[in-house]
Amino acid sequence: MAEVTTQAPAVELRGITKRFPGVVANDDINIEVRAGEIHAIVGENGAGKSTLMRTLYGMHRPDEGTISVNGNEMHFRSPKDAIAAGIGMVHQHFMLADNLTVAENVILGSEPHHGPLLDYQAARDRISELSKTYGMALHPDRLVEELSVGERQRAEIIKVLYRGARILILDEPTAVLVPQEVDELFRNLRELKREGVTVIFISHKLDEVLAIADRITVIRAGKTVKTVDPGDVTARQLAELMVGSDLPTPETRTSTVTDEVELAVNDVSLRGLGDRWILQDISFDIHRGEIVGIAGVEGNGQGELVQVIMGLRTADGGSVSLGGRDVTKASTNNRREAGVGYIPEDRHEMGLLLSAPLWENAMLGHLDKEPFSHGVWIDKAGARARTEEMIKEFRVAAPSADVSAVALSGGNQQKFIVAREMTAKPNLLIASQPTRGVDVGAQASVWEAIRVARGAGMALLLVSADLEELIGLSDTLYVIYSGRLVAKLDPSKVTPEELGSYMTGARQAGGDGAAAAPGEGTDDAAAADGAAPEAGDAPPVDAGLEDEIPPGEAPL
Amino acid sequence: MRWRRLAVNVVAGVSALVIALAISSIALLLIGHDPITAYREVFNYGNHPGQIISVINAAVPLYIAALAVAIGFKMGLFNIGVEGQYALAALFAATAGAHVHLPWGPLQILFILLVAMGTGAVWAGVAGVLKVTRGVHEVISTIMLNTIAVGISAYLFLEHFAQPTSATNLTTQTPFLPKNAAMPALVHSSAKIPEPLTSMVFIAAILGVLFYVVVWKTKFGYNLRASGTNFEAARVSGIDPRAMVVKTMLLSGAIAGLVGMTQILSFSHAYTLDFQVGLGFTGIAVALVGRNNPIGAAVAALLFGYLQVSAQILDFNGIPKEVYLIMEGVIILSVVVAYELARRSLERSEVRRAAEATRRLAEASEPLAKVEA
Repeated sequence: MAEVTTQAPAVELRGITKRFPGVVANDDINIEVRAGEIHAIVGENGAGKSTLMRTLYGMHRPDEGTISVNGNEMHFRSPKDAIAAGIGMVHQHFMLADNLTVAENVILGSEPHHGPLLDYQAARDRISELSKTYGMALHPDRLVEELSVGERQRAEIIKVLYRGARILILDEPTAVLVPQEVDELFRNLRELKREGVTVIFISHKLDEVLAIADRITVIRAGKTVKTVDPGDVTARQLAELMVGSDLPTPETRTSTVTDEVELAVNDVSLRGLGDRWILQDISFDIHRGEIVGIAGVEGNGQGELVQVIMGLRTADGGSVSLGGRDVTKASTNNRREAGVGYIPEDRHEMGLLLSAPLWENAMLGHLDKEPFSHGVWIDKAGARARTEEMIKEFRVAAPSADVSAVALSGGNQQKFIVAREMTAKPNLLIASQPTRGVDVGAQASVWEAIRVARGAGMALLLVSADLEELIGLSDTLYVIYSGRLVAKLDPSKVTPEELGSYMTGARQAGGDGAAAAPGEGTDDAAAADGAAPEAGDAPPVDAGLEDEIPPGEAPL
Repeated sequence: MRWRRLAVNVVAGVSALVIALAISSIALLLIGHDPITAYREVFNYGNHPGQIISVINAAVPLYIAALAVAIGFKMGLFNIGVEGQYALAALFAATAGAHVHLPWGPLQILFILLVAMGTGAVWAGVAGVLKVTRGVHEVISTIMLNTIAVGISAYLFLEHFAQPTSATNLTTQTPFLPKNAAMPALVHSSAKIPEPLTSMVFIAAILGVLFYVVVWKTKFGYNLRASGTNFEAARVSGIDPRAMVVKTMLLSGAIAGLVGMTQILSFSHAYTLDFQVGLGFTGIAVALVGRNNPIGAAVAALLFGYLQVSAQILDFNGIPKEVYLIMEGVIILSVVVAYELARRSLERSEVRRAAEATRRLAEASEPLAKVEA
């Protein structure tokens, strides 16, 4: 079916233009998606991919241009129309109810029924049939809260298929997955393709796009740049098409690590509800001029570890010291004053006062310092001047210091937070997911800022889901799994795949010598902690990894 | 930007009023009255100089109640308990003032005001402490505390604080305050002026200025607003949210304690059985319409005071004066809608300007490769 070339294209977008006040999000976009192919659409954040997909999914109407599905011109007024035309969308953020089963989630909104009664059996049968047809193992009766991230995504895909979609839009589907889960997703996608489903795959991860797509369309600044075959381009060439110039990399190589310990975490433990340990015996040091990376599947305790270091949660055991001073019992404010900077993982939730002007955001967390206040008074003029400097120095695209934070794009908000924390010249900077959801340009400048800070002798804790970022920036890399540091690795010797297998618990330090960096005095007690004696029994890396995550461990 | 923001908000407020008038007209027509006549009556009556003084007198306690509510709103706390706080505060202040005699008038007044503020603060503080230690939502606890305050004040007033009635004084009331505790009238009552103008208007103005300075100019105010805008971000930044909750509730309660002082110090000079209730709830509406802003709240308080006073004339014309309650409700609803629309429009224009800045920066920027080196 996929080979039929005379068939009308599954989706044909002609001259799509979508304007928002002051910006043209999509400018004369032309894309032809053939029936039964996996078509990737790549571009930087803000290039207009999401806007385009929202147009195709009927979430808003284009100002100009036409949409044709299977050769028929369509005018979608709402997603309902798009669904009726066989288009389904899997959003980046899953829209599942945790306390319901897979089957309940799948049928939500289009429940099969016998008169007024829910026909639950029919739903289950249909779901089992779908999972069999498309090779997506998922039991309809499992609770969503027990599922791993990869399984949740599968539930989302099944939900869309259940509604009869034959054209699937996946928005950044790999952003939340570890490498092994990505492989599993790709297997599923190939299965879907074999069954004649058309897949539109939105991404900015070029290696993945090259691995899975039949054709790739590059979008830059709202325009279609080119549609290419993956065989004809390299990742680097694609990246250049995407950004219009060279691709930045997170490399830092010359070591600036000093002997001075800035942050010492000793045997920190944190108890969750009941007897469950969220963190257990975590110990590590960060020296001045060192970047320590923490890798882990989300929900394995890295968030709580940061909270303990920041003083937002009190550890149930162990100690934290900053520059030799014990701060285990100190308040967040005390630690801030002692020189801790923090780039939180969620800039909207934890990093910004969205409705407040930038100058007020600039003093958040630094209120007691010059030039933000004198005595009990805040210094608006000083804060505004400092904000203008930050905007200029860190190239934040903002019209003035008086504009609300909400008006900035995600990348610029992130740059602003980085600017705020860096300008305060902390001794220790905790960066959680510092480049999540930002475009390549912002990513490069955040990396650059981190490199500069490291060179200036700052100690940095980097928690990230972006494995290349971790490997590229870190001097020392730890893997956290189920609340324990299970491996200490040398970033110069480890690959993302190896890291992924530690992160899913499939492999433990010492179990597989290839990745654990031996010698050089980097492997010490912390790694030994996690080195399980049953190393020889470590399961193979790529088989059924999701099952290795104990149920309930993932979200907290 | 600032002027634009102000202009948009004023336009929103005025159009909300026009819409409210339109809806109220429909209500009047439905009950068989000519809205134009009714409005003319209300307008003529309310603009009478004597009535303007009554309007201000009515607006002062509403304004103070609105400030009490607004300071809570500024940090995301919904103090519904102003009602109970000012009732208790008025009773205690009137009783303490009647029993403690200080030699100098201003000192006596200050003492009474302090007792009122202290009582209000303690009562609101209970809700604050419950919230930070036990996680009880302040809406629940302040509603409950209102009921408890009504019960306690009725008991204390009737059983302990009220003086025995006599042949010469049949009103159930606390003993009269000493003469020196009477707030001087700014304008005395006369044949044309039914009520003297209370000098509590000064206290209200001072409170308004203090509110502005504390909330917008001090570190405390910044922490308060930051906690209200984004609690989690404030916590991450090092602000202790628990301390802020307690402090804000204390402050809100202290202001609330002053709500009843207009009546006690300027008019009744004692806590009486017919002590005015409901100001705390109307204060919530005033704060809402006034956008938790001292100037906005002043305008809103005058508007609500005007409605209250001028509605009296409706009865004389055979129109049920409760129509003004309908108007109040409609104003609140339309104002909330209009402000939300204004907020969105301002946000859109800001986003547009930021997008332009991004574009300019992108055009001016050199290739990314430079950053890498």
